[in-house]
Amino acid sequence: MKLKLHVWRQNGPGNEGRFEDYVAENVSEHMSFLEMLDVVNEQLIARGDEPIAFDHDCREGICGSCGFMINGEPHGPLPSTTVCQLHMRNYRDGDELWIEPWRATAFPVIRDLIVDRSPLDRIVQAGGYISVRTGSAPEANNIAVPKANADLAMDAAECIACGACVAACPNASAMLFTGAKVTHLGALPQGQPERYTRVVEMVTMHDDEGFGHCTNHGACQTACPKNIKVDYIGRLNADLRKAKFRHPAG
Amino acid sequence: MRRVFSLWDSTVGKKIMMATTGVILIGFVVGHMIGNLKVYQGADAFNHYAEGLRTVGEPFFGSGQLLWIIRIVLLAAVGIHILAAVQLVMRSRKARAIGYRKYEGDMVFSYASRTMTWGGLIILGFVVYHLMHLTFGNAHPDFVHGNAYHNFVTGFQSWPVSIAYILTMIPLGFHLYHGFWSMLQTFGATNPKMNHVRRPIAAALAGVVVLGNISFPVAVLAGLVGY
Repeated sequence: MKLKLHVWRQNGPGNEGRFEDYVAENVSEHMSFLEMLDVVNEQLIARGDEPIAFDHDCREGICGSCGFMINGEPHGPLPSTTVCQLHMRNYRDGDELWIEPWRATAFPVIRDLIVDRSPLDRIVQAGGYISVRTGSAPEANNIAVPKANADLAMDAAECIACGACVAACPNASAMLFTGAKVTHLGALPQGQPERYTRVVEMVTMHDDEGFGHCTNHGACQTACPKNIKVDYIGRLNADLRKAKFRHPAG
Repeated sequence: MRRVFSLWDSTVGKKIMMATTGVILIGFVVGHMIGNLKVYQGADAFNHYAEGLRTVGEPFFGSGQLLWIIRIVLLAAVGIHILAAVQLVMRSRKARAIGYRKYEGDMVFSYASRTMTWGGLIILGFVVYHLMHLTFGNAHPDFVHGNAYHNFVTGFQSWPVSIAYILTMIPLGFHLYHGFWSMLQTFGATNPKMNHVRRPIAAALAGVVVLGNISFPVAVLAGLVGY
């Protein structure tokens, strides 16, 4: 199949960007979206042009490296799918695709479709951990975890920090990401001692990084390739309220 | 009190303030609609109710005192609600300084969530007009102090005024629908067993308030409420 692409090209963080038009020819329906871009890049390199820069690593939908907007949707139109696992059989000959990086002031463009997502790392560094005394691993069954809590923590831990929630949110808020991290650790017994300082620290860092606020639009949940639910934002909100009134620190 | 003020430090805390003041305002809107249903019992019942708003709380409070306390609480709630909203909206505008060329708007759960800012501004403008129309009377062609029924009937006998009232109920309905659901989310009232009823409750609340309010101008224009 043959596709018409409008791809965002930007040389660096401070540079002006622009859309460039490309034609992707002989696209096989078995290619992944990234493989289609690889083919376009081979042609660009052969012509002596700069290839389109995009983030990718595992190409198995689990590492969280890849991701950009395709026609206004993070990771493209398929639910629960990262762009590396989006295959060209979902498109038809003659389709016109607008490909843009995640747009958020907190995520400056590094080059073309690659954005700097280190603000998400800093949110985790602010409180997304459990302080433990290192040493030999304790006996696994010493701490009993109720099945429901284990399932909740596992579901929240599915987040791969790809940034699609920020990209989808009309407010460029990272609350789904932060909510997933707060829920993941807050659901487990090991996470209890730091539960209420964690939520305050992580929300403070989220705000300091310049993300917008959550207005419960729900676009994040629709866009999330890992089915993270806005219910986790509800848990974050409840934890923050309790941190202020029931368990105030200091 | 220091803890309450510290809510202002974060976006989530500001949302908690908005949700709390929103609950107060939802309570007012519901009470206002239910109170006005007395218009269907005739002029005496309605005027008695209107007068009762001033004398409520007696003999503990003097005439109008409790009413003014409630008005001050409502004004403070409106002020905090709007201040938090303005600050948060400005912040989110900055959070995406460069917009998308293409954006799939269907990703959001409901149309209502995207109308909160404009809907809120329309409601604010309407409230100012509504106060001037039926409370102060300076935007009313034939205002008689102390005769709420007369002001109600003659006010709504004007087609443009009634249509403006009816049209404003549409953004109010969306605002209540998303606001109520959003309030539950902000308070963290998420329970897997109850989550499926949150949307229907929000829709029912918005529907009852909107239909009740729309019935007033319609009843006057249809001649069901008059002299």
